[in-house]
Amino acid sequence: MEIDPFIFRLSIFILSIFIGYYVVWSVTPSLHTPLMSVTNAISSVIIVGAIIAALAGSSENIFTISSSFGFIAIILAAINIFGGFLVTQRMLQMYKKKKDKKK
Amino acid sequence: MISPNLSAIFYLVSGILFILALRGLSSPDTSRQGNYFGIAGMIIAIVVTFLSVGNFSSSLIYVIIFLLIGGAIGAYIAFKIPMTAMPELVAGFHSLVGLAAVFVAIAAFLNPAAFNLGSIGNIKLASLIEMSIGAAVGAITFSGSIIAFLKLRGIMSGSPVTFLGQHYLNLVLGIGIFVLIYYLCKTQSENIFWIVITISFLVGILLIIPIGGADMPVVISMLNSYSGWAAAGIGFTLENTALIITGALVGSSGAILSYIMCKAMNRSFISVILGGFGADNSINKNEKKDQKPVKSGNAEDAAFLMKNASSVIIVPGYGMAVAQAQHALREMVDKLKKNDIKVTYAIHPVAGRMPGHMNVLLAEANVPYDEVFELEDINNDFANSDVAFVIGANDVTNPIAKTDPKSPIFGMPVLDVEKCKSVLFVKRSLSPGYAGIDNELFYRDNTLMLFADAKKMTEDIVKNLD
Repeated sequence: MEIDPFIFRLSIFILSIFIGYYVVWSVTPSLHTPLMSVTNAISSVIIVGAIIAALAGSSENIFTISSSFGFIAIILAAINIFGGFLVTQRMLQMYKKKKDKKK
Repeated sequence: MISPNLSAIFYLVSGILFILALRGLSSPDTSRQGNYFGIAGMIIAIVVTFLSVGNFSSSLIYVIIFLLIGGAIGAYIAFKIPMTAMPELVAGFHSLVGLAAVFVAIAAFLNPAAFNLGSIGNIKLASLIEMSIGAAVGAITFSGSIIAFLKLRGIMSGSPVTFLGQHYLNLVLGIGIFVLIYYLCKTQSENIFWIVITISFLVGILLIIPIGGADMPVVISMLNSYSGWAAAGIGFTLENTALIITGALVGSSGAILSYIMCKAMNRSFISVILGGFGADNSINKNEKKDQKPVKSGNAEDAAFLMKNASSVIIVPGYGMAVAQAQHALREMVDKLKKNDIKVTYAIHPVAGRMPGHMNVLLAEANVPYDEVFELEDINNDFANSDVAFVIGANDVTNPIAKTDPKSPIFGMPVLDVEKCKSVLFVKRSLSPGYAGIDNELFYRDNTLMLFADAKKMTEDIVKNLD
C-alpha cells in the first residue's frame, strides 16, 4: 500500500516544530521583539494561497466571490510582509548602530 | 508554468530560508543577514506561486496592483510607527495574518477546483477538515488580536472583563466548533462553514477580554503562536511545504515565548488564559494602604545621589515606554559615564508589554546592547551597586514576591533592587502596579521616591548633573 502524501506533510510539519523549538530557544532575549515581528512577516507566506485564489477568476470575470476573497487576502498579507520585514529591519538597524559606535 | 515537483522544491528552499531567518536572531550581529534570508524566502515563494499557476491573464495585473497597495500600506506603517508602539503593531499584524488565513480558507471553500481540492459540495474530506481548522484558528487569531490591539492602544480598558460562566461559555463554544466541523464534513453545507467562522470570531474575543494589561506579553506571544498554527492549517489544505514549515516555526516560536513569559511571572499558562488577574486584588489592598512614611525627593537629590555613586543600575519598565523617556534616560547615563560612573541596565523578561520591548526602546535610544542585561545575569550585581534607578517599573522589583506566600506575585522572579545602597523610584504616584499590590520598597529607608512623569524627571536630573 502506498503511503498517503498527507503523512509526508505531517512529517514535515512535526519535524519543523522541532526545528522551530531549538532555533527559537537560541534566540537571544534582547531580540524577542524582532523575533515576533519577523515571525509575523514570514507567516504571511500565506499570501501564496491568496494569489492562487485570486488568479482563479477567468478573464471575463476576474472578480468572482472566491477570487475577491483572495484579492483582499493579498492586501492583508502584503501589508504584513512589507510591514513585518521593514519594521524588523528598522529595529535590527538600531542594534547594529551601537556596535559600530562602540568600536 | 513550472511543474508541481519543481515548485515544491522551491517552496522547500523558501522554508529553509525562513528557518535561517530565525536562526540569525541568535545574536544581533547575524540578525540583519537573517532578515535578508527571510525576505529572499518570501520573494521565492511568491514568484514560484505566480509561475506555478501560470495564468497570465488580466487577473495577474490586479494581483500585482493589490500586492503593491498592501505593500505600500505596510511600508508606510513600518516607517512611521514609533518604537514605543511596537506591541500594538505586532498585535495588529497578527490580526491581519489571522484574517488572511480565514479569507484564503473561504476562497478555497467557494472554489475548491482552483486548489485541486475537488468540486463544490464534494471537497476532499481531509482538505475540508484542514481548511475549517485553519479558518477557525485564523478567526480566533483575528478577533483576539483586535482585542489585544485595542487594549494595548488604550482604546479599550486594559482591565480584565469577566462575567459569570465565562469559561463554561468558552468551553461550550470550543466544543461547538468541533461538532460543527464534524457536521460540515458530513453535509458540506456552506452555512455551517460560515457558522464555524462566526463562532470562532466570538471565541477570539471572549478569550482575550478577561486578560489584564500586565499579562499582555503572554497574550501577544500566544496570538503569535495561533497565527502560526492557522498558517500551518492552510498549508495542509494547499499542500504547500513553505506554509507548513513556516506555520510550524511560528507556532512553536510563539509557544516558547509564551512559556518564557509565564515563567517570568511564575504563573501557569492556564491561569493567564483564564484571566482576571489583578482585577479583584486592587480593591482590598487599597483599604490596607494606611499612611506609611515615604521619603520623596526631587531631581536635585537624585542627581546628587548618582553623582556620588560609583555604579548605577537602571531598571526600566512600561512606564518608561509610556513617557517616551528612553532618550532622556540615555542622556542622563551619558552624563554619568562622563563622571566615571559605571552604568548598566537590568531588564526583567516581562518588563513592558511584549517580549524584548525594553531592549528595543533602549536600542532606539542608542544604548549599546552589551550594557543591557537580563535578570539572571545581573541580579547578583545589585548588592554591589550604589544606586538602582527604577524608571517606570514596579511589580518586577517588588520584594514581596520573595517573602509573602499569600501575595499574588509570590514566587515570581524579581530584580533585587532593594539590595542596592539606595533606590531611586521614578513614578507618578504611590499607586500599585498591574498586579494590584502595594510595593513595600516605597516605604524603605534607602528608597527615595521621585514623583513625576518619567521623562520630565529624567530631563530635570540631566540638568542637575551639570
